[in-house]
Amino acid sequence: MGLLDRLDKPFESGGIVLGVAEELLNWGRSKSDWYLHFGLACCAIEFMAANASHFDFMRFGCIPRASPRQADFMIVSGTVTLKMAERVKRLYDQMPEPKYVLSMGSCANAGGPYWKHGYHVLKGVDRILPVDVYVPGCPPRPEAFLEGMVKLQEMIKNQAIFNKRKKMSAEDNAAIEDRMIQIERFRQQFDDYHNQEDK
Amino acid sequence: MQAKDIYEKLQKEFGEAIISFTQEDNVEDFVTVEPAKLRDICLFLRDEEDLDFDYLACLSGVDYKSKQSDDLGVVYHLYSVALKHRFVLKVVLNRENPKVPTVENVWKAANWHEREAYDMYGVIFEDHPNLIRILTPYDWEGYPLRKDYKEPDEYNGIKVPY
Repeated sequence: MGLLDRLDKPFESGGIVLGVAEELLNWGRSKSDWYLHFGLACCAIEFMAANASHFDFMRFGCIPRASPRQADFMIVSGTVTLKMAERVKRLYDQMPEPKYVLSMGSCANAGGPYWKHGYHVLKGVDRILPVDVYVPGCPPRPEAFLEGMVKLQEMIKNQAIFNKRKKMSAEDNAAIEDRMIQIERFRQQFDDYHNQEDK
Repeated sequence: MQAKDIYEKLQKEFGEAIISFTQEDNVEDFVTVEPAKLRDICLFLRDEEDLDFDYLACLSGVDYKSKQSDDLGVVYHLYSVALKHRFVLKVVLNRENPKVPTVENVWKAANWHEREAYDMYGVIFEDHPNLIRILTPYDWEGYPLRKDYKEPDEYNGIKVPY
């Protein structure tokens, strides 16, 4: 609220607003996610219900875009067949970074009812793209879908833009550190090998 | 007109080409015919005044694989809008060489139905103008609804089994 007070009375506080640039950027990013309008199966019907006035999906700042080039995230709503999988991948590749994927319903999560006898169904869209939020259900109720949207917003809000390494967990940092040591060791071996050859 | 009457009419016209007439409980009466004569029979059914089958309601492929048989088949459901009577026509095909003449030039509706039967069962409809896969991708291997179909392990680098 302090922020708003200062914006309302700019001259009393000297017209200066103090804040963290990263928080400002993430706040903006999380509150205006434009999505790729892309329905695949019956989940898309439920998604239409979420878009309509009862659930009013647009209050999250989400605007449907017909082109992947204008979209921030993609909702995979429904059964991804193998024929469609290639198209889904191509659409995902056309989206600009940073991009997110929300997998909606059992089919997109893990193949759903086609998990055993569906010769034509991709058993989970995470086999071809990285998925950020999974919404379970067959199909999920609009409430479940909105919960998924809140989770995605939360994720974007807490994302590190600057000093990423400092904000990562100790385990992740240790893993990266290990990897760097390994790479350094390989480089050393490579150099040694070539130095010997020169001699 | 009843199926029995149509069968007798067909037999009078085509003789040997009409193989059998089957009447069972809970199943529509059907006539099994010789695949080679199919187009002539269909034209006769469509053009004869008291038959007048102007509507191909459904065309489906069937796999009859069991302990006794190893056949494929195609089933034609016909209906006459004007005379309000229906008729079922069947052909039985060899699994190794499942060839049957197209009826696309008799009823236009057969075009996509035959493509689907080709896609799912591998039935070859001779003289079809555009016999390519309709549901599965063009580079798909095998015919998925055949009873001896094996699910692929991989499609274009994507793992298929769960």
